[in-house]
Amino acid sequence: MLKIIRNRIEQGYRTSSYPKEPIDLYHRYRGLPIIHHTCDPAIVKQCAEICPQDAILSAEYKIDLGKCTFCGRCEEIADGAFVTFSQDFAMGTESREALICDGFLPKLAEHSKQHFKKLFGRSLQLRQVSAGGCNACEADTNVLNTPFFDLSRFGIDFVASPRHADGLHVTGPVSRNMKTALLATYEAIPTPKIVIASGACSISGGPFFDSTEITGGLEKILPVDLYIPGCPPHPLSTLHALLQFFTKTP
Amino acid sequence: MANLLQIHNGEVVKRSAIPLLSFPEFAEVLTDFINRNGFIVQFFAYPQNRENRLLAVLRNKQLYITSCTVKESFDSLTASASEKFHMFEREIAEQYGITPKNHPWLKMVRYHANYRNVPDVFGNDYAVDIPGEYPYYEVEGDGIHEVAVGPVHAGIIEPGHFRFQCAGEEVFSLEIQHGYQHRGIEKLLTRVPLKRLPIICEGIAGDTSIGHNLCCCQALEALGNLSVSPEATIVRTMALELERIANHIGDLGALSGDVAFNPPAAYFGRIRGEFLNLLLILCGNRFGKSLILPGGISKSMNREQSGIIKNKLRELEPEIRHVCDLLFSAHTVQARFEQTGTVSREIAARLGLVGYSGKASGLDYDARVFFPTESYFSLEGYRNEITNGDVNSRAWVRREEIMHSIHLINTLLKRSEELCPKTTMTKISLEPDACIVTINEGWRGEISHCLLTDNSRKIERYKIKDPSFHNWTGLAMSLRNQEISDFPLCNKSFNLSYCGFDL
Repeated sequence: MLKIIRNRIEQGYRTSSYPKEPIDLYHRYRGLPIIHHTCDPAIVKQCAEICPQDAILSAEYKIDLGKCTFCGRCEEIADGAFVTFSQDFAMGTESREALICDGFLPKLAEHSKQHFKKLFGRSLQLRQVSAGGCNACEADTNVLNTPFFDLSRFGIDFVASPRHADGLHVTGPVSRNMKTALLATYEAIPTPKIVIASGACSISGGPFFDSTEITGGLEKILPVDLYIPGCPPHPLSTLHALLQFFTKTP
Repeated sequence: MANLLQIHNGEVVKRSAIPLLSFPEFAEVLTDFINRNGFIVQFFAYPQNRENRLLAVLRNKQLYITSCTVKESFDSLTASASEKFHMFEREIAEQYGITPKNHPWLKMVRYHANYRNVPDVFGNDYAVDIPGEYPYYEVEGDGIHEVAVGPVHAGIIEPGHFRFQCAGEEVFSLEIQHGYQHRGIEKLLTRVPLKRLPIICEGIAGDTSIGHNLCCCQALEALGNLSVSPEATIVRTMALELERIANHIGDLGALSGDVAFNPPAAYFGRIRGEFLNLLLILCGNRFGKSLILPGGISKSMNREQSGIIKNKLRELEPEIRHVCDLLFSAHTVQARFEQTGTVSREIAARLGLVGYSGKASGLDYDARVFFPTESYFSLEGYRNEITNGDVNSRAWVRREEIMHSIHLINTLLKRSEELCPKTTMTKISLEPDACIVTINEGWRGEISHCLLTDNSRKIERYKIKDPSFHNWTGLAMSLRNQEISDFPLCNKSFNLSYCGFDL
């Protein structure tokens, strides 16, 4: 008993005050890219060539955040003359096109659907399906249930049964072998239901793009309402997106 | 031993130098080696001169390699020699359509068409979407029932399928079927530009990003004749240890949760996050993705980063000790941990378990000590104390490894007072007609990558082995004659990778 009390005192209260107070991530964290539009086209081309994900559209000076794994190799070219990464973790979007971005994303709250907010604003139950990724997305989704993020204080929970869920939170590039199980889970969720594509894999196939064993993007098989980029998305990216998109007073 | 070539971890050998035996010779050499307390690191098929070859990487205290030629089938070594071949032979059948004759339990591993476009050994039609044409083990009789779970599990967990054959609460047999996470990684790695390799390897298993990518980069460095500065080596070693600590702490938290002891579950969950954040301090990603590149590290480490890590470790080390003490001294926890899910030393050795699962059963193998890479040449190993093979032992090994890893990082921090410089992704020209094996002790145990290049310097075969490939069978064995309600606890104590296995 004494040990329990001593540990309780030592651990103290750890829950983050986000979103009431802003949160600062370490300067090495790579969030929303800042694109320098006056950059020499030759450098932009170099960045596109070095990009392992083919995520840079050099002609348009844009980065596809749905493909990007935020590895930061482009930032190393010419001291970040074309792109540097900010610490802005707010990167959720309601459309795939918006992720092909010039450094700016539409305000998610303004683009969220009002009937979703009405339906799910106070209580959102999600069924998570891991469909062929590397498990980092799942791990950083699980983290939302640790004391620091404490997701359930916002009325958002991950549930075991699709029958109890309002929607699907999908990670992974949807391997051929998971497609059937994923669709069956989707079917089992009562309507109206929402679908979230979380992480580069579920948005575009991620590091595994071009593999014949994956479907390569959730939107090819299900209608997606919310996209959360990252490899994996920082837990704060997920938290921000869920709060902005679904709750009434984020 | 003339039929075995001794190699070193991370050493490039010519493909022509690998002994090429007839199958009977090969079978004899392998059987003999395994019978003398030897283990298999890799065993796989590859094409050469329009022939099918089998290549085996073996270890006792040294590392050996040998190969043979086979046609469309060969006599199963699982049947004649050892269970250690079981999964490897099933994988060979699936990947290359070569049948191991008389294999006692020949079924698919990941459910995909073979690489050679020859008729499927299992008679499956892979144009149909549904995996599940599996010959499941069956038990019949009064009171026998079957419990099937997955592929979509109850929590935020990767997909896999488990079948329990039970009499009442007692489990006779647990069958584990994977493949749902199969992304075709080994095949993909042979046909993409080299710049994609580190990122794909980080995605073999996200919780082992550092471990797998380290194996990949070490192989590319040796094949591409790149050297790594001693300073960068320090950071890579530290990152591997941070990854180990983060995962072990997460597991101790999950184990606490499974025995309904919530305080340590919450504390460990939070502390795990602190270690992930330390990886973010190093490289900007909580899983250490993008940190390691062929030739070094992508971000330099200077006094700012090493200072943060040092201070954080000083703060967290006593917390971890106290929470561990809370967990391991609770008699309710001991009552659930001890003598649950026991895998004897004999069974562990027969299956070839690695990492904490093997150590907990008394198999004293740590790749950091046996086949050191990076800074491990100059770091001390440790020996775990409790080796009963039960859940308690597997939990206790983690506690010891966490403390040992903190000690290692502190040692390394003292050596890295100066700047550890970064490198960038460079063009690499790989050695032609070469073979390399790289081994590292990931947090789950021995990780190994084996690459074969062709005469045009391209990677012809990329073979990956996650420690889970050995250890899933250990989990199935731990459930024998246990109560089915002990499954979550046994499962967490092994905490194996689905994606690392599925590839």
